[in-house]
Amino acid sequence: MYSETPAPIGEIDSIEGVTPEELRDIMLDGLPSKTMRKRAKQILTNDPDAPPEIGANSRTVPGIMTQRGCTYAGCRGVVIGPIYDILHITHGPVGCGYYSWQTRRNLARPPEGAANFLQYCMTTDMQEDHIVFGGEKRLAEAIREAYALFKPKAISVYSTCPVGLIGDDVHSVCRQAKEELGINVFGFSCEGYKGVSQSAGHHIANNGVFKHMIGLDDKPVEPEPFKINVFGEYNIGGDAWEIDTLLRKCGITVLATLSGGVTYDEITSCHQADLNVVMCHRSINYMAEMMETKFGIPWFKVNFIGADSTAKSLRKIAQFFDNKELKDRVEEVIAAEMAALRPVQTEIKARHKGKRAALFVGGSRAHHYQDLFADIGMETISAGYEFAHRDDYEGRHILPTIKVDADSRNIEELHVDADPERFRPRLSPEAKAKLVANGFTFSDYRGMMSEMKKRALVIDDISHYELEKLIETWKPDIIGSGIKDKYIVEKMGVPCKQLHSYDYGGPYAAFTGAINFYREVDRMLSSKVWSYVVPPWVKDRKPEATPAVDTAA
Amino acid sequence: MRKIAIYGKGGIGKSTTTQNTVAGLAEMGRKVMVVGCDPKADSTRLLLGGLAQRSVLDTLREEGEDVELEDIRSEGFCSSLCVESGGPEPGVGCAGRGIITSINMLEQLGAYDDDVGLDYVFYDVLGDVVCGGFAMPIREGKAEEIYIVCSGEMMAMYAANNICKGIVKFAKTGVVRLGGLICNSRNVDRERDLIENFAERLGTQMIHFVPRDNDVQRAEINRKTVIEWNPEAAQASEYRTLAHAIETNTKLVIPKPLEIEELESILMEFGLFN
Repeated sequence: MYSETPAPIGEIDSIEGVTPEELRDIMLDGLPSKTMRKRAKQILTNDPDAPPEIGANSRTVPGIMTQRGCTYAGCRGVVIGPIYDILHITHGPVGCGYYSWQTRRNLARPPEGAANFLQYCMTTDMQEDHIVFGGEKRLAEAIREAYALFKPKAISVYSTCPVGLIGDDVHSVCRQAKEELGINVFGFSCEGYKGVSQSAGHHIANNGVFKHMIGLDDKPVEPEPFKINVFGEYNIGGDAWEIDTLLRKCGITVLATLSGGVTYDEITSCHQADLNVVMCHRSINYMAEMMETKFGIPWFKVNFIGADSTAKSLRKIAQFFDNKELKDRVEEVIAAEMAALRPVQTEIKARHKGKRAALFVGGSRAHHYQDLFADIGMETISAGYEFAHRDDYEGRHILPTIKVDADSRNIEELHVDADPERFRPRLSPEAKAKLVANGFTFSDYRGMMSEMKKRALVIDDISHYELEKLIETWKPDIIGSGIKDKYIVEKMGVPCKQLHSYDYGGPYAAFTGAINFYREVDRMLSSKVWSYVVPPWVKDRKPEATPAVDTAA
Repeated sequence: MRKIAIYGKGGIGKSTTTQNTVAGLAEMGRKVMVVGCDPKADSTRLLLGGLAQRSVLDTLREEGEDVELEDIRSEGFCSSLCVESGGPEPGVGCAGRGIITSINMLEQLGAYDDDVGLDYVFYDVLGDVVCGGFAMPIREGKAEEIYIVCSGEMMAMYAANNICKGIVKFAKTGVVRLGGLICNSRNVDRERDLIENFAERLGTQMIHFVPRDNDVQRAEINRKTVIEWNPEAAQASEYRTLAHAIETNTKLVIPKPLEIEELESILMEFGLFN
């Protein structure tokens, strides 16, 4: 049966003879005092029962190679880019467009003959001339040209930094194009500089999708009994397909996944769902909240990464619908999937039980992947997000205490009211009260810290220096992070799994994906090729080769 | 070659003063180029006898990379050379970036080369130093001498003081210096004393007091500088005197901008109490 009560999770005392507090001091030691004060708020030893306040979503300290991306990347690259049948135009110099050209491996599988623009990259290719004289005409031309070539259902336009600096009115150009072409055209003021990280871009993207797409199509969808949307799932390496397949086996229909492998029509009609479930809380919680206010669709957090968490998430959905047949079906599916998974899990767990992982990625992934490692008996000794906020660490209960600083105020907060015609509570107050009385939680996210070991090191927006100290001192067996750290980690002889793009692998979601992940981790841990390489600067080092100038003096 | 930029509050008479002064220098036989740094492209109208100059940025846009110096530079009164940077229409794009682009273009095309034989280049810059683009002439040594056009009106003096702050900023890292204040009279009470005192406190000089004279307006209607329109006019000699003062000026300083209280106290002293 579904239960919210967490299992006891234990404590880290010391690793390789160094306590978490000592390692934290090593990381902070030697920093300039102002930087040290700031980083001290972002590097914490965990307490799952009373998570300490973390200094998340604050400006990156200059001089470190941050993992973070820009607001444009968060909007165009993460949240909206995966919608495969609308045409995305980057308004700006060519580099912003080029480097956001499908680098995140979010996949699409359009039906025969349907449009798929994912492999295309369109940009207005602004030149100096357009900066000086304004780029609005250029953008209007690009939209016309794109329409003439591809006849998409909708066109989405993204502003890059210079567009904001010179003040091109992207939104009015889009409005005019919408009138002229008779298709949906909308723009995003997601200039890269707008926030402290890509997180600002997620919020801007949520606002735009809500304003320009959600609720446009009231034509009734197929009358299936259990209709849900999966939010914050971007189909990296095919994750969304694994989740879809699993839910379908249980008899649950996914109207739309926001926004992996999804179409324009799925998004414009997805307000007819009975329930929204949220995977990546950071990038999409705004949408879940706004849809609940406007349409009455409740939401809760799920996690389909890891076998145990997948089973737990399925049971929670079944509990929500409170349908005997569905609950039975879910139990049957879990039993069948686990029967296939367990032999692989047992075999791999035997080899790697007790090994250590550290995860520095995303706004949810550093949390979700701990469950996959836990499935095979591995321990996450340190974790942190790249761009998450305090609620993703400490849980949503702290939301009222988050101080809204100038950087966050810069991002529009939409005012949403209940739709006079279409607002329809999906649960009667009695049914909801009954669920809540049984410990069921809505609009929930308990955050990463409440599910990590006591005294595990939590590090927000980790720097390479801190990462190196962690590797040298605690010697993790594997690190999950992104492209900016990967090669540094591997040069230190430690395998590194990219959890943004999955390198060349995936899917890792649901039970089927979990099997893939266990095998991938088994492969990486059993053949630690990077630790066998002796680099030339070590091999050729002459004993007398000391620096000519003592730089420490 | 002396590289001079003229700054001052909007509407104070920068373009008029620049062109009349350039006419004086050209009449003396000096080779002068005027670069208008205003998107309105009206800094060379009096020297050219009308708005005849295609701007650098328009040419660049229409011709692409294939631009010749002759396309963007015309000869005006007494063989003075006239260039208009140009820029976007109001409310779009980035005029500051346009000025950077157009000065770079002039350099690439050889407008400043030795064989042109320039004695002077004058940059006539729009309004205040509002952003990086409009500071371009005083950055990187494009202009080395600044003259600020002002009057005894309070806002003109505020603007002049503000421009001095910009000069200080760039003087520390470069060669730019303040050559003096040009008082373009508005017939304010005790205007001469006021500006002389203001100049002294800034650590500079009032290089000339240009009296108010309707001949300036008459010449402008005829699309001419005063010197060309009526060489005998009293105002023509005023501009000749200013041209001569600039020619012989050696007092180039890093100004000491005033605190607002001090600036207001000068106004109290000279402006309100006779």
